[in-house]
Amino acid sequence: MKYKRDPKLIREVLGKKVQFILGDMACVYGGILAGCSFFGGYPITPASEVAEGMARRLPRVKGTYIQMEDEIGSIAAVIGASWGGAKSMTATSGPGFSLMMENYGFAVMTETPCVIVNIQRTGPSTGQPTLGAQGDMMQAKWGTHGDFEAIALAPSTVQECMDFTIEAFNLAEKYRNPVCVMADGEIGHLRERVVIPDEKDLKLVDRVLATIDKEKYIPFTNSQTRKSKVPDFPTFGTGYHTYVTGLTHNEKGFPATDKQPDHEKLVKRITSKITDDLDELTNVEKLYLEDAETVFVTYGASARPAESAMEMARSKGKKVGMLRLKIVWPFPFKEIQKIAKKVNKIIVPEMNLGQIVHSVREYVDGQCKIVSAPKIGGEMHLPMELYKYLEEE
Amino acid sequence: MPEIRTADKLNKKYLREGMWPTIFCNGCGHGVVLDYTFWALEELGWDMDKVAFASGIGCSSRLPGYINADGLHTTHGRAIAFATGIKAANPDLHVVVFTGDGDCSGIGGNHFIHAARRNIDITVIMINNFIYGMTGGQLAPTAPLGSIATTAPYGNIEHPFDICELAKALGANYVARWTVTHPYQPMKSVKEAMQKKGFSLIEFLAPCPTAYGRRNKLGDIKKHWKWYDDNTILIEEYEKIMKFGSEDEKEKIRNKMQIGVFQDIQKPGFFEQYEKLVDRLQEKRYIGGKK
Amino acid sequence: MKWRYQEHLIYYEHGEVMIEIKDDWCKGCGICIERCPVDALEESDKLNKKGIRPPRLKEENECNYCRLCELICPDLAITVIPDKEVKKDMKKILLSPAGGKNK
Repeated sequence: MKYKRDPKLIREVLGKKVQFILGDMACVYGGILAGCSFFGGYPITPASEVAEGMARRLPRVKGTYIQMEDEIGSIAAVIGASWGGAKSMTATSGPGFSLMMENYGFAVMTETPCVIVNIQRTGPSTGQPTLGAQGDMMQAKWGTHGDFEAIALAPSTVQECMDFTIEAFNLAEKYRNPVCVMADGEIGHLRERVVIPDEKDLKLVDRVLATIDKEKYIPFTNSQTRKSKVPDFPTFGTGYHTYVTGLTHNEKGFPATDKQPDHEKLVKRITSKITDDLDELTNVEKLYLEDAETVFVTYGASARPAESAMEMARSKGKKVGMLRLKIVWPFPFKEIQKIAKKVNKIIVPEMNLGQIVHSVREYVDGQCKIVSAPKIGGEMHLPMELYKYLEEE
Repeated sequence: MPEIRTADKLNKKYLREGMWPTIFCNGCGHGVVLDYTFWALEELGWDMDKVAFASGIGCSSRLPGYINADGLHTTHGRAIAFATGIKAANPDLHVVVFTGDGDCSGIGGNHFIHAARRNIDITVIMINNFIYGMTGGQLAPTAPLGSIATTAPYGNIEHPFDICELAKALGANYVARWTVTHPYQPMKSVKEAMQKKGFSLIEFLAPCPTAYGRRNKLGDIKKHWKWYDDNTILIEEYEKIMKFGSEDEKEKIRNKMQIGVFQDIQKPGFFEQYEKLVDRLQEKRYIGGKK
Repeated sequence: MKWRYQEHLIYYEHGEVMIEIKDDWCKGCGICIERCPVDALEESDKLNKKGIRPPRLKEENECNYCRLCELICPDLAITVIPDKEVKKDMKKILLSPAGGKNK
């Protein structure tokens, strides 16, 4: 059966409009609302609930669910399903994310849209399976070999888990790139109130399928029907006879492994299609930045204690603001440069030993002081601990 | 009166323009497997818009590049997992997987086991040349005891992998092994395998004169192809001699490789069962059952 | 026996038999010559662009249209073109096991 998105059936299966659910389940709801019709997963704490939720609900909306034999098989099936015409996603955690890296690179090279939900946990290796961390942020950008651009989002609340999953599908279909939703074990296993959006409030972006004449169609070049570096998508079964390969290929898709200009042209196109659109891909939340002298730059779960610390400081008269990154990669360096000119100090609280702080340092370029506030071990920062960073000069 | 199908007409219909002559060495068995696939496709009469090929890495995995249909050339060993995804998204497509001996039984062993166990509706054509040919001649899991390779310069001390036995044990719907040297039985077998619902596996024993034949002193191309004729035996003959033959007849055939159709059963496939599950859930909804 | 050259295709004709060789594609493995059951092929003395000698029909041959050379060529370089009168018999030989076990 070929999948057709039925809004009435989806709302019937998801239930009431206002619910009290886990963060993992919110990712499931987001996926089903966006029209996901294939889920290939493997159980891993703390992301097993995503697979379990999909196993219950996806057959009822007539999608396909398969529990694959390992994470490598999961991401492979997800990419294959995307070429077969379905919107597909998978969910995993740290160890599984490391296993998926080779095929993640394959998805980037062949320009396949897919969504990977990574409920991060402490690492390296098996670590603390039931506690959360933010230790994979750099891996989302530099994990696989070679030069590539990544898109990654970081939700801070359970409602954002759902909204960002829908947004991830939209970005993946628009740019034909894999997109990671970097939640963490704290938000994944947290229960909060969510509001399921009505059909008229949902904005969905679908892939642009190839429709032009088969003789004239060139699969791997700038789009031939609109002004974009993203080519139209020739899914299997529509008669275009595309040859898709992970080797360096020329515009027709044939391997060209001994030609330098072909490789340069290909890799520059697939990276610049994202870096050119940096303004559209900037999504940040600004709190009290107009008169701030110290700013918290944060993302994901560590934004919650940072906001409390900021409120405490404001009530005592200190001028503190916060910049919360919603889309972490591609890095919104223009926002960072804007605040670096005005403030004296930037504090970066993270649940790792300091990963995004390096990118902040790169773009601030010495204009103000940067302090990293790391905390590892599975516990979130306490607002008092972050308040202490504000007191020391 | 149907049109006589000759090789040049087949070329025009099924080959991708501008890709031939192939990259294969002279005397390689891969081109012959492509030949048999074309004849089988012609007999079946499938619409080439509805056929998708998947492959891994290696000499055998270059085959979809030459066929004028949708092809997915993936990472090493994962072709069967990708094919599962393609079939799940669009069950109307016919999916055929070309893979090699290292690709399928080495790095891809896990995916092969589970696809066969689930009885996914794909056809896997595994081309076995006992060596890793494309990368220069390293040892493969299916290499016979004592054979020489670049990473086993003093002879192979491991026992070879019999993938047809494994597929039989997992309950695959169709399991067969053929050599490349005689044309008629493989062509018919490939056609049967593609038509069959559920997981079908065909293993082709193909010669590799450049990497395997040269290092193991099997002679030039003609002698190497003859080696396959001398060292294989049909499964029916093997069983007959084992039951009724004399002792020295049994001695002579004991070490030969068996070829033929090993298993031909009909079990329901994965996607058939999944559709029944979805229909059952939809019925519950209309009867007014609790969600 | 006459032969003619048309672009990169060579046609060998002898009586009712005609075979076509794509000499750009032939790699000179020699399997068709070895496997022909009536020994109707031999190596020619022309060299193609790769320095290989493609096969050709012998002067005296007994080609019976079994088409084994066509089915077994790894490069799809040889085609046997049947004459009009023999077309009816051709249909019976296509794709049925030749003397082997019938399943």
